[in-house]
Amino acid sequence: MIIPAFNEEEALPGVLDEIHATLPDADVLVVNDGSTDRTSRVARRDGTMVLDLALNLGVGGAMRAGYRFAEREGYDLAVQVDADGQHDPADVPRVVAELAAQDADLVIGARFAGRGTYAVRGPRRWAMGVLSAVLSRIARTRLSDTTSGLRASNRRAIKLFAAEYPSEYLGDTVESLVIACRAGLRVRQVGVVMRPRAGGAPSQSPLRAAVFLGRALMAMLIALSRPMTRTGGRR
Amino acid sequence: MSGYAFAVGACLVLVVFLVVLLRTRRLREKYAVTWIVVGVGVAVLGAFPGAVEGLARLVGVQTPSNLIFALALIVLLLVCIQLSAEITTLEEETRTLVEEVALLRLDVERALPLPTPPASPVEVEQIPPTGGEEIVE
Repeated sequence: MIIPAFNEEEALPGVLDEIHATLPDADVLVVNDGSTDRTSRVARRDGTMVLDLALNLGVGGAMRAGYRFAEREGYDLAVQVDADGQHDPADVPRVVAELAAQDADLVIGARFAGRGTYAVRGPRRWAMGVLSAVLSRIARTRLSDTTSGLRASNRRAIKLFAAEYPSEYLGDTVESLVIACRAGLRVRQVGVVMRPRAGGAPSQSPLRAAVFLGRALMAMLIALSRPMTRTGGRR
Repeated sequence: MSGYAFAVGACLVLVVFLVVLLRTRRLREKYAVTWIVVGVGVAVLGAFPGAVEGLARLVGVQTPSNLIFALALIVLLLVCIQLSAEITTLEEETRTLVEEVALLRLDVERALPLPTPPASPVEVEQIPPTGGEEIVE
């Protein structure tokens, strides 16, 4: 279980408590992305492993470090969860079960897929709608929430993400999905409940919706046109 | 002193400066080559002003000096793009190194017997001795 955390000292202890309570068997790895607060200190307990990045690399950088760890340690399953407490750890087993049920390599815990009441409004909603429409076509399956930070990966996806997990803006979500699809991974989604953040400030403001869409589409177009070999062996 | 002589002189100074930087290993050869070529090129044009006029007529530019300005702009633009590309490479290398160091540190921490050392030197300074209790709240 990989949790990228940047200055999340408020929310992280609660998230870790919940994970330990609901999933006692999971190995938890917190990737501390060069935080300036006590994120690393609060994460170090109950056998939680902490990967301290010396510099702030962005979510993408933190996630690649996490997947590299999973790859080297030989894990067959990695689940990525946000550190702000938006995801309910009780959803994790359902997301993981979907890997086997749908014969998928990567399963996304999606916010708008039937469960939960999480909603965004206005331009940001349209932006996410456009993104999910385009990505759904690329993945040849319905993906309603392309920017979700809750996803489960099998060994093939871990290997791919350990090698290529973009550190660009939105690379951690949109672009990594494009990379996964183009590498021939099967991407599926399952609905999850989304909660309000447990602490800290959200990283987006409504004003930035247009910029968000523009940059996301740009990132996606470039990711699509990038030369790429199919990695990961089988299928 | 004519303007042409000034141009030739300035370019010679530039080339000498680049060679000095190269000698003291403060500039890598792959970046110096561009500048040396540009410097020598401008020096040649300064020594033979007729060449610029001929070149300007050839490509259809009416004022030879404008051709020089346009060429200078293009060269500077290309150098800027090259530098951006180099920075991107450097950032990617830094990223990989940071990840490797973090993975190594985790390996070391897990290999060492408990209790593990504090997280990082920076954090030790920030946290007062009573820090542990505050976190629990």
